[in-house]
Amino acid sequence: MLSIKNLHVNVGDKPILKGINLQVNPGEIHAIMGPNGSGKSTLAHILSGKGGYEVTGGSVTYQGKDLLEMPPEIRAREGVFLAFQYPVEIPGVSNIYLLKAALNSIRKHNGQPEVDAMDFLTLIKGKVRLLDMDEKFLYRAVNEGFSGGEKKRNEILQMAILEPRLCILDETDSGLDIDALKVVAEGVNSLRSPDRSFVMVTHYQRLLDYIKPDFVHVLAHGQIVKSGGAELALELEEKGYSWVEQAAA
Amino acid sequence: MNTATTSRYTSEYRNIGPALPGKILPWLQQLRAEALVQFSAHGFPSPREEEWRYTNVSAIEKKLFSPLANLSASQIDVSWLKSYQLEDVWSVVLVDGHFSAEFSVLDGLPETVSVMGMADALTKQPELLEAYLGRAVNNAEHSFIAFNTAWFTDGLFVHVPARQVLEKPIQVLHIATQADVLATTRTVIIADEMAELRVIETFAGLANAYLSAAVMEVFVGANADMTLYKMQSESEKAYHFGGTYIKQARDARFTHHNFAFGGLLARSDIHVDLDYASACELNGLYLGVKRQHIDNHTRINHLKPHASSRELYKGVLDDRARGVFQGRVIVAEDAQKTDSQMNNRNLLLSDDAEADTKPQLEIYADDVKCGHGVTVGQLDESSIFYLQSRCIDEETARNMLTFAFANEMVDKIKIKGLHDMILEQVLLRFPQEGVEKEWL
Repeated sequence: MLSIKNLHVNVGDKPILKGINLQVNPGEIHAIMGPNGSGKSTLAHILSGKGGYEVTGGSVTYQGKDLLEMPPEIRAREGVFLAFQYPVEIPGVSNIYLLKAALNSIRKHNGQPEVDAMDFLTLIKGKVRLLDMDEKFLYRAVNEGFSGGEKKRNEILQMAILEPRLCILDETDSGLDIDALKVVAEGVNSLRSPDRSFVMVTHYQRLLDYIKPDFVHVLAHGQIVKSGGAELALELEEKGYSWVEQAAA
Repeated sequence: MNTATTSRYTSEYRNIGPALPGKILPWLQQLRAEALVQFSAHGFPSPREEEWRYTNVSAIEKKLFSPLANLSASQIDVSWLKSYQLEDVWSVVLVDGHFSAEFSVLDGLPETVSVMGMADALTKQPELLEAYLGRAVNNAEHSFIAFNTAWFTDGLFVHVPARQVLEKPIQVLHIATQADVLATTRTVIIADEMAELRVIETFAGLANAYLSAAVMEVFVGANADMTLYKMQSESEKAYHFGGTYIKQARDARFTHHNFAFGGLLARSDIHVDLDYASACELNGLYLGVKRQHIDNHTRINHLKPHASSRELYKGVLDDRARGVFQGRVIVAEDAQKTDSQMNNRNLLLSDDAEADTKPQLEIYADDVKCGHGVTVGQLDESSIFYLQSRCIDEETARNMLTFAFANEMVDKIKIKGLHDMILEQVLLRFPQEGVEKEWL
């Protein structure tokens, strides 16, 4: 699914990622944990194609294709989805309008016929129920005036509609209370499938109580310093990041 | 000051007087004569005048636009004309500055209501016009008004008596069909006490250079309510000057929606006088491309206490287009408890586009609430990336965001046919695939 090899990334002259290696197979959930400033969000941004970064070495292969060559919208149409840490407010563009435009872009990319308004409404209403959202959200401007929890739920709604193959969750749990976190986690869990993979970037172990990862990687100073199973997260919770940072040093 | 400039128009138009309407009305002859003196003395406005510093109209002087004495017999592309004519309205169609009975639709008007061409009105209702024509404007204000008063050929006249609520909107459709033509029209709208009406001004032209110079005087009576829409879709070579002068009586409400899309050089002046506890709302959207120059100039005079004004103008400027917004709010010494808010927001889509914005507050009262805000900016890159991450290509993302910025103004239109017509024009500028209009 995704193969990151010796990836080096700079912001300006400053190296942020210094040789990342990561192999994600279909159906797997990988958690990337690490202290603030370790490069976690940079990794999520690089995978989704955000500008402002310079790749100075290494490669990222997604389904056999060079991911770094693709503009962001092509990555999205190919099935890469980034759930934002801070979802952007888009005044004047309604949620439902964006969702339908997005879904049809994917269908067109895949040579499928576009969905019409009626079929789309049926599809989306089912997903809205799944995420325990109010249908009114669909007709409001994207994320405008949404609470933190509503914004994150909206990201998961988009994910549910677009059915990506590779989901990158950037700090999805930050800013959520426990109830909102449960709803978001249920949404993510309902999307787990043997051919869909997740990369979850998170600072807090709490998220992993609700979404159980297959692998946990600890990122520090731009490198993966430790990898393990779900139990690694618990160990981190107990001992803190300084434990792995010191071990790596 | 260069007072020696005498406009060519003064000499060229010397002989057209007898062909103009209302020549048997002494008061109008006097008004026209005074205006002619005024225009002869000053010519067209110069950029040396503060209110014209961003807008140079010397091209109008260099060309010579000529009025037609009568409705032209030229072929009109009827389907093109009808594409601007709304359904379910009373409409007055002015072709090259002359009333066209053929295209106007005035069936079913209540008997007490007058809607007709200005030339007709000068014959049928001269007393009423004598009391109103020229009373909302001042020839000395600037010379386009004098120009218009001296030489207007026709226009629209509307009178709605007290308590009458007009069910259907009135549309005045200004059509320019010929090259180098001058269309000078004068409109007078009188809404008596408690009357309610909606008026739509539409300007459209074929792809020729012409000059459209329209002056409208509006009198909104005590506790009356009027909404005026203007859609300016002149040809891309056209010169447009539109002046709208509104006098609001006590408790009167007036709302203006000003959509400026066309013209090579287009200027709108909107002046409002507010009496006690009256309220006005001025909305505007201007979209400039290529080398278009679009100037909107508003003035709100708070003359008496407790009146409120709300103003929002938005501009989107691409290529080498230039947008000008000059908004003045003047609060007289007597106008205590004035509540006024003025905003101008500009979006620049190209490095060569320009927005000149100048809000001015002049406050002579001491117990008022007045604010203004201005922005000139570009599309937000993080919003573009967000849309790209949701499968939208960059160009469409930019169009979606620009459209959304503009659509705030389109959304305010409460007449469905007009809303759809303007929405269509805005979508044409910022195309997106597979639009579901009800979800915009």
